[in-house]
Amino acid sequence: MTLDASIRVARGDFRLELDLTIAPGEVVALLGPNGAGKTTALRALAGLVDGGRVAVGESTWDGLPVEKRPVGVVFQEYLLFAHMTALDNVAFGLRARGMPKAAANAAALEWLHKVGLVEFARAKPRTLSGGQAQRVALARALATDPLLLLLDEPLAALDASTRLKVRSDLGRHLRDYPGHTLLVTHDPLDAMVLADRIVILEGGRVVQEGTPAEVVRRPRTDYVAHLVGLNLYRGWADGVEVSLADGGRVTVAEPVEGEVHVVFSPTAVGLYPEQPAGSPRNTWPVTVVGIEQHAHTTRVQLDGTPAVFADITTATVADLRLEPGDRLWAVLKATEIHTYTV
Amino acid sequence: MTGVRRARLPVVLVLPAVVGLVFLLLPLVGLLVRAPWATLPQRLFSAEVGDALLLSLVCASLATVVCVVLGVPLAWLLARSDLPGRGVLRALVTVPLVLPPVVGGVALLLVLGRRGLVGQYLDAWFGVSLPFTTAGVVLAEAFVAMPFLVISVEGALRAADPRFEEAAATLGASRWLTFRRVTLPSVLPGLVAGTVLCWSRALGEFGATITFAGNYPGETTTMPLAVYLALESDPDAAIVLSVVLLVVSVGVLAGLRDRWIRGAA
Repeated sequence: MTLDASIRVARGDFRLELDLTIAPGEVVALLGPNGAGKTTALRALAGLVDGGRVAVGESTWDGLPVEKRPVGVVFQEYLLFAHMTALDNVAFGLRARGMPKAAANAAALEWLHKVGLVEFARAKPRTLSGGQAQRVALARALATDPLLLLLDEPLAALDASTRLKVRSDLGRHLRDYPGHTLLVTHDPLDAMVLADRIVILEGGRVVQEGTPAEVVRRPRTDYVAHLVGLNLYRGWADGVEVSLADGGRVTVAEPVEGEVHVVFSPTAVGLYPEQPAGSPRNTWPVTVVGIEQHAHTTRVQLDGTPAVFADITTATVADLRLEPGDRLWAVLKATEIHTYTV
Repeated sequence: MTGVRRARLPVVLVLPAVVGLVFLLLPLVGLLVRAPWATLPQRLFSAEVGDALLLSLVCASLATVVCVVLGVPLAWLLARSDLPGRGVLRALVTVPLVLPPVVGGVALLLVLGRRGLVGQYLDAWFGVSLPFTTAGVVLAEAFVAMPFLVISVEGALRAADPRFEEAAATLGASRWLTFRRVTLPSVLPGLVAGTVLCWSRALGEFGATITFAGNYPGETTTMPLAVYLALESDPDAAIVLSVVLLVVSVGVLAGLRDRWIRGAA
């Protein structure tokens, strides 16, 4: 059953007004800058602050205190209980809901198995790496079989090298989870890779809502355009060759198989007036559609197969004398492309 | 620091510091120097010392139990609730800390004495009279020692991150379960330190005890009272009793420091 939430929180001058609809199995990302009200919205849904009205089918959660709401929360810094083992952390919610110890431990062990941490069952949280702690936190949140899973910046505490792996693991678990998921993040990449739908919050209000592809293609405000300044495609990978769903092919550095997200930064795209000599593998003809000036760079919107955004320096704009309608060659290094299996 | 020569320490600071150190340590040294070491073992195991020591340990421990049972919830209320007038309450709780213990003893007599505000009903309805009994000793000690526990535990509670309690709540834990399983373990070092401080304060209690519970050997004569009594009749006995209290106190301090160090590591 679809979850309908209506969040109204006023705090001083700040007002948060947000209406959300989440289908079963759907992952909605709440994306926005710091102070946009994302975490407040999550806390309201969990019942940690007043102002979150939630209805799932016939039942409403309006009067329910936190401990009675069927939610699971993965907090930003995971907040694992330091004096308990990983197993006790995961079993905590089940024990709190009255499950006998043996059954709760068995279920918790099952969850640790699902997140691949069975051998860390007896480990204390401080001995776990950031990525492992995140997986324990996820298992803890999911163990109580919540109707609504809330994730507060689940990847923000991780360093860049582990984030990639943890992100794709998280994506896998979210796809297996049949309930409703709300992911709060300020990282557009998290939102695009993990979510089915993105809701962009600015100053307590929704400024745009849509699938990742829609938001990227038609950013409605400057802020959104800047925020989602990424080239994102869906495609089918066969080794290092990826056929993109909307046409075109790219060659990536690491071989992958199956359906993937292909992501690269606009700064990774080089533009040349002539086809470059030595022909790097990812080279294709493009036509300038739009030019947008940002603080330090210029974003060029290009039509082609695939269509692409490129960030270039202002000096390059002058060199190339760019104007809409110009025909150029886009070049992209394989090592600059990230892929995430869908 | 290597290679850097610091200027000489200023005499204005060093001189009073040394005097202060001597002032604090010399009496303890004097106690050890004058102790009748030859007769110490036989005095130590005399019935008089044994009774007083046992009574002291039992009363201080019971007073500590009272303090923990009542003081930890009180500390939680002061640290976590949104009670109106919490600041005033916190100040009031610490009054026994600065109050002369004798005054505390008088106050206890006025309330719990046989003609006291509450005591008259205890006597009339239940036939219970607390002053000048062993239970009175426990009460007097608890009255004086509880603020130490409350302040220590409340400080630990306020330093503990309340978001862990929120996390427990989202997992379905009631406030009581959260308190037992999440909050209490996280403030355990503060609780242990507070308990030890509370116990040692109760062990050394004199003023409130002698005022409220009197001085009946075997019933209300704790170690500090015994020391004071013995000083008039048998100074050597007073020294022996004092040495015993010194050893117990230093032992407690050593245990506490060990706990603190481990807590910080």
